[in-house]
Formats: sequence, C-alpha cells, structure tokens
Amino acid sequence: MDIWNLLIESFPRIILPGLAMTIPLTIISFALALVIAVIVALIQYSKVPVLTQIARVYIWIIRGTPLLVQLMVGYYGPSAFGIKPNGFVVAVIVFAINEGAYCAETIRGCMESVPKGQLEAGYCVGMSYPGIMWHVILPQAFRAAFPALGNSLISMVKDTSLASNITVTEMFLATRQIAGRTYQFLPLYLEVAFIYLMFSTVLEAFQRRGEARLGRYDHGTSGS
Amino acid sequence: MALLEVKNLVKSFDRGTVLKGINLTVDKGDVMAVLGPSGSGKTTMLRCLNYLEIADSGEMTFDGVTYDLSSSSKKDIAALRKQTGFVFQSYNLFSNKTVLDNVTLGLTSGRGTDKKIAEETALRELERVGMADHADRYPAQLSGGQQQRVAIARALATDPKIIYFDEPTSALDPELTTEVLDVIRELAGSGITMVVVTHEMSFAKDVSSKVVFMEDGLIIEQGNSKEFFNDPKEERTREFLKLNI
Repeated sequence: MDIWNLLIESFPRIILPGLAMTIPLTIISFALALVIAVIVALIQYSKVPVLTQIARVYIWIIRGTPLLVQLMVGYYGPSAFGIKPNGFVVAVIVFAINEGAYCAETIRGCMESVPKGQLEAGYCVGMSYPGIMWHVILPQAFRAAFPALGNSLISMVKDTSLASNITVTEMFLATRQIAGRTYQFLPLYLEVAFIYLMFSTVLEAFQRRGEARLGRYDHGTSGS
Repeated sequence: MALLEVKNLVKSFDRGTVLKGINLTVDKGDVMAVLGPSGSGKTTMLRCLNYLEIADSGEMTFDGVTYDLSSSSKKDIAALRKQTGFVFQSYNLFSNKTVLDNVTLGLTSGRGTDKKIAEETALRELERVGMADHADRYPAQLSGGQQQRVAIARALATDPKIIYFDEPTSALDPELTTEVLDVIRELAGSGITMVVVTHEMSFAKDVSSKVVFMEDGLIIEQGNSKEFFNDPKEERTREFLKLNI
C-alpha cells in the first residue's frame, strides 16, 4: 500500500481516539490534579499538623516511583480483590494523583514566594485566613505557577500514551494497532508524533494567552 | 479616656531582647508619634499590639477588653483586628487587586458587607486621600506615595477605633513623603486616634498631640508634644532632639 494513502487513511483512526480518549483523559485528570494540588499545597503552606506529614509522604512516594508502575499498580491492584477495573477510570485516577503531587509542589513554592506582608495586610483589614488564601495568596500563587503548570499539562498530554498499557485505546494504542497490521511502524509513529505536537501547540497557545491575561496586574503600564 | 493601655510588654528575638517592658497609654483622639533611633523597638512594639508579632509577655487593654499579648485565641485576635487599622512601611497593597478592591476587601470578605455599600465606602475613603480617580488601577501602576495613600484609605474604610502607622513614609522620596504626610495630617485633624512610628521630626512636632521616645527597647520619655519638644526631661531625649532637628 502507498505510504501516503496509509497516512491519510489512518489519520482519522488515530485522531479520533485522540479526541475521544487522550483529550478527555488529560483534561479530567489535570482538573482533578489541580484540586488535589491546591489542597495539598494549602495543607503544607498552613502547616496543618499530621496532614502536612501525610502530604509529604504522598509526594515522596509519587515522585519516587515511575508513572508506568503507578498505572500498573492502579490497574492490577483492584484485581487482587476480584474487581475488574475500567482502564480509563484507573488512568484518570492515577494521572490525577501523580500530577497532583508535582503540581502541589509547584503551587506550594509559589504560595511561599508571595510576600508575607500580603498575609499580614489581610489580617489587619480583618480578613480570615481562608479569605486571605482565596482572595490574595492563591491568585498570586497561581499567577506565578502558571508557566510551570502549563508545562505540566503539556507533559501530561504526552504521558497519557502510557495508558495504552492498561487497555485504554488512546492515540498511541490506536497507532500501534494499525502499525501491527500494516508493518509500517516508522511512518505511523511519525504521524502520531505529529498529532501530539499539534495538541501541544494548541495548549502552548492557550498558555501564552492565559499568561498575558493573568499578567495584567504586575506590569506597570499595561491593562489600565 | 484610655483607649489603649499596654503593660509590661516584653519581646525578644534570637538576636536579643527588643522590648524590655513597655508601658503605654493612648487616649481616645490622641495622635501619638513614636520616635527613637533605628533598632529601638518602635516597629516591633506596634506589631505586637496587633499580634503581628507574639510578645513574650505583656498585657493590653483595648476599649475595655484586656488581652494577653503573649497568647490569645484566634477569635479574640480576629475581633481585635477588626477594630484596628494598620498602615505598613512597604504599603502591602494586595498586588492582584485593583485599588478599589484593595479597599473593599476588608469589608466584603472580612465583614460580609454588601458589595455595593462597600464600594461606596471605599470610594468615599479614596476620595479623602485623593485616589478615587485611580480606583481601577493595580498597585504596580501607582507611585509609592499613591500606594501608601490607598493603604491609608484601606485602613480607614473599616472604620477602626485606632490606626497604627509603621513608618509610613520611610520608603518614599521626599516629595512623595509630603503627599502622604498631608493625608495623615488631615486625618489627625478629624479626631481619629493614631499611633505613628516615624522618623519625620517636623511631622511629629506639628501634627502629634503626644510623643513617645524609645531607645533600646524602653520608653525613655513620653508626654504631650509641646512639652516634649520644648522642654524634654531626659538627657538622652535632649541629645536625640539635638541630633535630629
């Protein structure tokens, strides 16, 4: 079969699982990861006893073990109790927990870089600690964390290819199946690489626009 | 009538004892200037009064309620802070909020005031410090003097019983200093109780009703402003005045 025909024919069969699996997997996991990250960062920033130690252990384990291994444990773990897990659900949970640990460190670092005077000023105008976190510290931390979080999101798009190992038919598994049938490994893997690149490019564009929007308040002349 | 009475305030950091037993009385309507060389503990004293630093020991009676400055419940501290205002040397405006939001936040988030009412109050106070035209700007777009005026409006908006000023002009150029001092002078005339830690001797002389002179963690001399400047009792005060005026 002609290579070009193959590439054109396979394109929808790769990008459809991309749209149906890779993108939802990324978006849902990353949204959950951010929720986890904010909670874990707040616990550490506020030095909540016991929970801070638990948060440290969580981050230690997640950062210290490979994502692929975490996926396997997540998938085969329930089987030990006779539960047949859904690959997609496991992938969402594992990605969220994994990314949550990294993002928690990013957000915590950025919270700690917000000047202490902001917290004191909040206290002095009579705001509560949660009020100050919500209105003052977290927004500033997110502004500072935005580029790093954008990085994490882009890596996550690519990391979702690992979900192919636990039966999730995302883009990479779809490609591998076509390649296995046609023996045209290189062209097809280049094709899927190109599609990943497109996805990442779109995300990068979003990231830049988001940064410009969030940047309003810390530039002397813009935005007024 | 004493609004604020501090007894035996002691505070030490790792580098040593900064406050060695401060006793202080502020009456309603006083404009008190706190003077003294750098490192004498003026700022630390002010911060202890609002629990920004926790004292080693000491007691404070504020508006009839007595507080232990070395330990107090979060609830009591929060209740106290709602009756006080604080203006920082480095302004500490919320950098992610507009000028207007900086002033309303203490009302809306801190006290549950309706947003519309909070904005009316905020605009009124911004008007008072000459910053109403800049309500939509962000702090980074303002000069230091403008930021400090907004910070004063923020402190005023919650209608505090006392406002603490921690060296409000020390970070400013001389010309910007004037615009901030003018605002504080105007407030002094309106009867708000204020404690102002400052290095501006002429300001202390012209505006304050009482003066406290601190050195090395102790209050060396305190009294009404005229007497303090015209007829200081302590030798050390005389030296300080000679060097600084």
